[in-house]
Amino acid sequence: MNLIAQLEAEQIASLGKTIPDFKPGDTVRVGYKVTEGTRTRVQMYEGVCISRKHGKGIAGSFTVRKISFGEGVERVFPLFSTNIESIEVVRRGRVRRAKMYYLRARRGKSARIAEDTTYKALKTKNAGADA
Amino acid sequence: MMRSGVIAKKIGMTRLFMEDGKQIPVTVLQLDNLQVVAQRTNDQHGYTAVQLGAGNAKVKRVSQAMRGHFAVAKVEPKRKVVEFRVAPENLIEVGEEIIADHYFEGQFVDVSGITIGKGFAGGMKRHNFGGLRATHGVSVSHRSHGSTGQCQNPGKVFKGKKMAGHMGSVRVTTQNLQVVRTDSDRGIIMIKGAVPGPKGSWVTVKDAVKKPAPENVILPAALMSAKREAMKAAEEAARQAEAEAKAAEDARLAEEAEASIEAEKKEGEE
Repeated sequence: MNLIAQLEAEQIASLGKTIPDFKPGDTVRVGYKVTEGTRTRVQMYEGVCISRKHGKGIAGSFTVRKISFGEGVERVFPLFSTNIESIEVVRRGRVRRAKMYYLRARRGKSARIAEDTTYKALKTKNAGADA
Repeated sequence: MMRSGVIAKKIGMTRLFMEDGKQIPVTVLQLDNLQVVAQRTNDQHGYTAVQLGAGNAKVKRVSQAMRGHFAVAKVEPKRKVVEFRVAPENLIEVGEEIIADHYFEGQFVDVSGITIGKGFAGGMKRHNFGGLRATHGVSVSHRSHGSTGQCQNPGKVFKGKKMAGHMGSVRVTTQNLQVVRTDSDRGIIMIKGAVPGPKGSWVTVKDAVKKPAPENVILPAALMSAKREAMKAAEEAARQAEAEAKAAEDARLAEEAEASIEAEKKEGEE
């Protein structure tokens, strides 16, 4: 393992986060810390994960899209951000591609994603915290 | 108060997540067997400096002359040798090893390196020229630089005119970069932001010239010998403390034993 990979692995270990197993098409609920003046609270952001980028490493990120008051909103979260309190999988989607960008052009009925009822949790040690 | 800088190897970039939710992009630099190879003194050379060497070179790939130079200093052959001007009081003994504690977290430094070579590059890439238009009769020369001067008077292109040419592989200094973290066990210095040069290249790190000299820097340098001594002292202190604790414990036990014996005696008397 080279030094950079080693440092990143150490940092992931020290952050001590458990990332649930989720992929594009899944509906996720992200608890994001918001600071208002001096006090912080956790804001929930729920939507469809439409892409995951840069793998499972320290640089990983994912995009969550939702329709808020009739307007499409997308937020990109770093996987290991210290501002993220929790990531929760609400629903497993059955999709056939890695990037769900086609949802941007769709609304309502055509923007639905079928539920994956046959989902099986991965058999790795840190996957599927809530699967 | 000028003190020595260091030679470091650029390992690559990563990011650090801070407690407050911020992410910091950092360049990881590593000190690799950084030792003083020679000194330049006022008497002999007319100026004061230390010559540092870093990395390990195979002996068969080192010239006979440099082998002699390293032998005089009694150090292993080095891959990279750089001289740093220092104040006379900050000269370091030959053979001393400099460690990553040389810089503290939050300190500002200047980092110099040889940038990545781009080869022969056009005006748009090299000098951020705008190029020519995509339409309106422009043919073949969409990325050209356009006019390079005036008319019959002056009738020449001025020296230094920005044009296409070789780009990159020049020595560049990036000033006022902040040290985010240091790790002297592995010789790692993490610096916020980018540093000139490709991965695996040698860069030099110096205290920032455009910031006031920080008070808590280690003079003349953070040395391996000092660290070893400190560790030895700490070990000694720990051992002493342990011995004292043990002695106190023994004394207490002895006292207790005595007390119990006396108590037994008393009981027997009664």
